[in-house]
Amino acid sequence: MKHSTFILFFTPTALAMVLFIAFPIVSVLVQSVHAPHKAVLVEVETCTPLVGCTKETSIDQEATRELREQKPLGRFIGLEIFSDRGHLAISEVKEIWSGSKNFKEFFKKIGNLPFYRAMAFTLTFTFIVTPLVVIVGFLVALNVNALHEKIKGIVVFFSLLPFVITPLIGALVLFWMIDSRGVLGSAIQWIFSDPNLSLKASTGLMWISLIVYGVWHAAPFAFVIFYAGLQTLPTDQLEAAQIDGATRTQQVRYVVLPHLMPLVSFVALIQLMDNFRVFEPIVGFNADAHAQSLSWFIFNDLGGETRQFSSASATSVLTIIGVTILLLPVLRRTWRDFMEKST
Amino acid sequence: MTLASKRRSLSLRIIIYIFAALWLLVAAFPFVWTFWGSFKVELDFFSVANWTDALTGERTIAEYGQPFTDAGYEGAWIKEEFWRNVINTFIVCFFVVCTSLTIGTLGGYALSRSGYRYTLILLIAALIFRAMPPITLVSGYMLPFFEWNVWGILPTTIIVLVAINQPFTLWMLHSFFQNIPKELDESAKVDGCSQFKAFRLVIIPVMWPGVITTGLFSFLLAYNDFAITSMLLSEENRTMVPQIAAFLGTTYTEGNVMFAVAAVVSAAAPLFVLVMFFQRQIVSGLTAGAVKG
Repeated sequence: MKHSTFILFFTPTALAMVLFIAFPIVSVLVQSVHAPHKAVLVEVETCTPLVGCTKETSIDQEATRELREQKPLGRFIGLEIFSDRGHLAISEVKEIWSGSKNFKEFFKKIGNLPFYRAMAFTLTFTFIVTPLVVIVGFLVALNVNALHEKIKGIVVFFSLLPFVITPLIGALVLFWMIDSRGVLGSAIQWIFSDPNLSLKASTGLMWISLIVYGVWHAAPFAFVIFYAGLQTLPTDQLEAAQIDGATRTQQVRYVVLPHLMPLVSFVALIQLMDNFRVFEPIVGFNADAHAQSLSWFIFNDLGGETRQFSSASATSVLTIIGVTILLLPVLRRTWRDFMEKST
Repeated sequence: MTLASKRRSLSLRIIIYIFAALWLLVAAFPFVWTFWGSFKVELDFFSVANWTDALTGERTIAEYGQPFTDAGYEGAWIKEEFWRNVINTFIVCFFVVCTSLTIGTLGGYALSRSGYRYTLILLIAALIFRAMPPITLVSGYMLPFFEWNVWGILPTTIIVLVAINQPFTLWMLHSFFQNIPKELDESAKVDGCSQFKAFRLVIIPVMWPGVITTGLFSFLLAYNDFAITSMLLSEENRTMVPQIAAFLGTTYTEGNVMFAVAAVVSAAAPLFVLVMFFQRQIVSGLTAGAVKG
């Protein structure tokens, strides 16, 4: 295809992505180093006879409005927001570092800073849910593959539901069951015979529930991918292994798993990206007292009466950096593969 | 596999079926439970006293004289005017799917037919864009949208959702077009067609399976979105999902949780129908990405 034709075909989609993905990223970067203007103050001296003169400071409304209109971005403040208490909290971290005796104490104190707490949850969620999704998806795929042809279709239909469902709705459906008044919540209370055991009161339980939601929501995705992979399993290899006397576990370990390995890395990649942005379940589970994620942070800053653009932008920039670090190994491999292919 | 399945022992077969039943329960039970419970009163759906109340509807009988009531649906659809949000959702989904398929098809086709190195750069850029959590972009939208006075209306949200859809659409259509033999449009070009005419006469007639599958995923993305729609739509233009979130804010205090439950069931129903009719396309779409990726 000629360059000119390519440009003709590609322009609409490129325009959409540049205008609404690339520009916003730049805009977020710019906003994160700006803060709203301070109000312009004027000192007015009022003199009354006999009493004398008093000086009063008041806000010059007009000048403030004018300044805001002239420079809607606000004033440039550099990396101040990144280092404040709500984000990287650099001075606090330094203080804690010099003040704590060992790593345990250090990490405990760091955990009280909001950004690091959100980071801790986001990373825990990502790195627990991702492998669990792969494992559960793989087991279900092996299992469904062994079922009778006729019921496979029905099983696949029901398996797709948790994945296709709107994340917020899925989270609510689970939350209403796990809630202390819901059917599973009551069951948990009954099992541990502790009537006060409740999702809202326990951070640990909340984290576990969110992780359960994460696995429930994404395992069907892994299942479908692996199940499709199983359909292309080389039967001759499997038969050869059986003739050589391989047990069922050995067959899975040495024939099935290597065959599915590229798919495992694909599922893991998609899951890393999606779990890092964990957000809807926190809203659905009403979990923000116990678990916050980076995405929830941004949402919280942007919502409500006071929209804190600078703070939200700074968190966005940090999130983007996090995603890039997660993706770096994959990007490098894709690039290398292509280079090898083209030479 | 036939060899293996014949040699399966009875106990193994029992384990397989128990595990499958367990998985089905995990995947489907929450929906069945919520659907059943949406026709009850709140004290039955969240029954502290006795969980079997949620099945039999003791208090629903006490209140309405029968074990099922549509009070939740009535409250959500009529009193809270949920139908407005439903209409908004379908407007947004329709235009998002149409627009993103139109421009995505052109772009994906171009990517699959051009052998130059920049196609890879573009695909990697799309992958990076796909990885961006949409909510990180929202603060970049808001100030300009306020400035231009386009915040809160449906067209703005539609355009933003189309753009966010593009990276995924491009990857998917790119892999579908690669499966359409190049010789097809090459020969049309040899016969004197321009690239665009070759696309129109030769490719468009054979591309529909891939386009429909991609369209399904575009629809799901637009339908399921919460981050963008909740931030970029004003109160009167809300789609279903942000409206449900808003229900929770007001109904948890008013004690009308059943409105939210009814709304959740209403919003989930179209997705069930979708899976029922397009199961094969969804599965093939998911795997198409995997095989290429």
